[in-house]
Amino acid sequence: MDAQFITEIESEATSEAQSEAGTKTVTQSALKGASRLAARDITVGYGGQTVIDGLDVTIPPGVITTIIGPNGCGKSTLLRTLTRLLKPAKGTVLLDGDDIARLKTRDVAKKLGLLPQAPVAPEGLTVADLVARGRHPHQSWLRQWSSDDAGIVADALAMTGVSELAQRPVDSLSGGQRQRVWISMTLAQGTDLLLLDEPTTYLDLAHAIDVLDLVDDLHEGGCTVVMVLHDLNLATRYSDNLIVMRAGSILAQGSPRDVITAELLHEAFGLQAKVIDDPVGDRPLIVPIGRTHVRLDL
Amino acid sequence: MNGTEVKASVAPGVRLGPMSFVWRPWLVLVTLLLTAATFLLFCLSISIGDFPISLSRVIATILGRGEQVDEFVVMDLRMPRALAGVVVGIALGVSGAILQSVARNPLASPDILGITGGASAVAVFLVTVSGGTTAAVVSTVGLSAAALAGGLGTGLLVYFLAWRRGVDGFRLILIGISVSAVMQAITTWLLVSADIKDVARAQAWLVGSLDDRSWDEVRLASWCTLVLCVVVAVVAFQFKPMHLGDEVAAGLGVRYSRVRAVLLLCAVLLAAAAVSAAGPVPFVALVAPQVAMRVARCPTPPMVVSGLVGALLLIGSDLVARTALPISLPVGVVTAAIGGPFLVYLLVRANLK
Repeated sequence: MDAQFITEIESEATSEAQSEAGTKTVTQSALKGASRLAARDITVGYGGQTVIDGLDVTIPPGVITTIIGPNGCGKSTLLRTLTRLLKPAKGTVLLDGDDIARLKTRDVAKKLGLLPQAPVAPEGLTVADLVARGRHPHQSWLRQWSSDDAGIVADALAMTGVSELAQRPVDSLSGGQRQRVWISMTLAQGTDLLLLDEPTTYLDLAHAIDVLDLVDDLHEGGCTVVMVLHDLNLATRYSDNLIVMRAGSILAQGSPRDVITAELLHEAFGLQAKVIDDPVGDRPLIVPIGRTHVRLDL
Repeated sequence: MNGTEVKASVAPGVRLGPMSFVWRPWLVLVTLLLTAATFLLFCLSISIGDFPISLSRVIATILGRGEQVDEFVVMDLRMPRALAGVVVGIALGVSGAILQSVARNPLASPDILGITGGASAVAVFLVTVSGGTTAAVVSTVGLSAAALAGGLGTGLLVYFLAWRRGVDGFRLILIGISVSAVMQAITTWLLVSADIKDVARAQAWLVGSLDDRSWDEVRLASWCTLVLCVVVAVVAFQFKPMHLGDEVAAGLGVRYSRVRAVLLLCAVLLAAAAVSAAGPVPFVALVAPQVAMRVARCPTPPMVVSGLVGALLLIGSDLVARTALPISLPVGVVTAAIGGPFLVYLLVRANLK
C-alpha cells in the first residue's frame, strides 16, 4: 500500500495534466488490488423489513470511498453492516478475507475503526480521557494503560490538532472541534481502516470542510476511509471512489468523474441538475435545478 | 510503583508488577480518605450504645486483642449492626452506580426501577399472608431470602419489559417506575388486608432499619455483596467504553449487550441483597453515586467511590438516627430526609438544561 502512495505523491509532483492521468491509474489499480473490506451477497433488515437485498460491494484499499444516495436508501445500513454493528440476515462481510462475524470483536477493533453518527460523550469528560478510550482494544484488565498508549494518544491528539484542548470537557467544545476529538479517538485505536457515518452532520460548511480536510490528511497518511455523506458536492470533492445507492442496491460505483452525471443524479435522487467542471478542483461540480430561481433558457 | 514521564496533555501511567493503569492521584486520595472515614464511623457505631466502649477498646477488640468483657458486646451484639451498615451501604452505592451508568441517567436507582419495591412486596407477602401458619419457614433468614428472590424477579421483569432490540436507559426508567407502582400497590393491599400484629412487623421492616441485625442475615448479605463486587470489578474494565454509547463501544471491540446484561444482573442482586439485610432503605443508591461523582470529580459514577460513599452515608445516617433524637429512629427515615431533597435538586438541575 505504501508503494501506491509514493506513486500517487510522485505523480502529483509532475505536470498537472500528467498528474490527473497518474492519479487515475493509481485509483484504477487500487480498485483491482486486494480489498480490505467487502460484502458478499448481503441481505440486511430491521425487524422483518428488508433494507438491503443481495448486495455485493468491494471497498478498494488506500482510497476514500463515500457512499451517497437519497434518504432511506440504505447507505447507513450498508456502512453499519460493514462495521458489524448490524448482522446481515444472509451473506457475509469480509475483513482482510475473513468473515467478520467469525472474528473476535476485539480483533476486528484492532483493524477497523468506526465513528457512528453523532456520538455523545458523558458531560464533563475531558478530551484526553475520551481519546484515551480509543486504546481499549489494545488493553486488558491487568494492562489498562501503558506509556505506549500515552504516546499514541498524544500523537492522535496532535494529528487532529486538538492537543491544546486536551484538558477541556468535550461538551464545552464547538461542533467542529468535537468531531475532530471523536476522529482523534478512532485514530488512537491505531487502525488503517476508518469507517465514518456522516462525519459532517450538524456542522456548518466551514467546519465540514475542516473535518473533511482532516479525513483527507488521514488518507494521505495511509488510511483506507469509508464514509457516508449527505452533501453530494463534498462527497465528489473528497472521494476517490463513490458508491451511489438507491432503494437498497448499488446504482453505480467508481471515480467521481466517471460516476457523477446528470442522468445518474436523476436516476438516483430524482434530481434535475447540471454537472459542470469544478472551477477550483479537478472534479465535477453539481448545480441543482429546482422549480424556481433558475434562468428560463436552461 | 514508578510513574512514567509522558507528554503533558495525557494522563501518566503507573506500573505495578504485571499491572498498569492510569495514575489518578486525586481518585486514590479520595478512596483512601473515604475508607478511613468509613472505618472510623464503623468503630464509632460499635462504641456508642447503652454501655459505651471507648474507640481504642473497640479497635483492640476487632483486632483480637481486646478484653473478654468487650468481646461479647462488640463481636456478638454490635458488630452485626455496624457491618450491616457498611455492607448494605456498599451494595446500594455500587448498585446505583451501575444502574446510573447503564441507563446514562442520574435518576436510575433500585428504588426507582422497582427492585426494592419488588423485594418489599414479597417480604410483606411472606409476613402477612403466610403469617403465623408457617412461622417456622418465615424465620428471619427465610424473609431475607424471599426479599432477595423478590428483588431479582422484579429486576428481571423490568429488564424484559424494557427490552426492545436492546435496552434503552429512558425506557428502563419508565418501565421501572410503573412496575414499582404496581409493587407498592400490592404491598399496600397486603397491609390493608392483613392481621394487625403482622402489619406492625411488616411496617417496621418496610422503613428500612439496621436494628436487631443477627449474624445470619448479615452473613448472607456480606457474602453476596463480596462475590458480586468481585464480578463487577472484573467486568468494569469492559464497561469503560460503554459510557460513550453502545455503537462506539462496539467499535472498540466490546460485546456491549453481554457486558450490560451481566452488570444489570449484578446491580439487581446487590440491591436485593441490601434489601434482604436492612429492608428497603431509601435513596442511598440514588444519592451515593451522584455524591461520588462530585467528590471524585469524575464525569461518570465511579464504582469504588460510590460504594464507599454509600457505606459512609448509611452508617452515618444510622448514627444520626440513634443519637440525634431522644428516641431511636430507623435509618430509613434519615436517608429519606437527606435523599428526598437531593432528588428534587437532581430534577431541578435536569430541568434547567
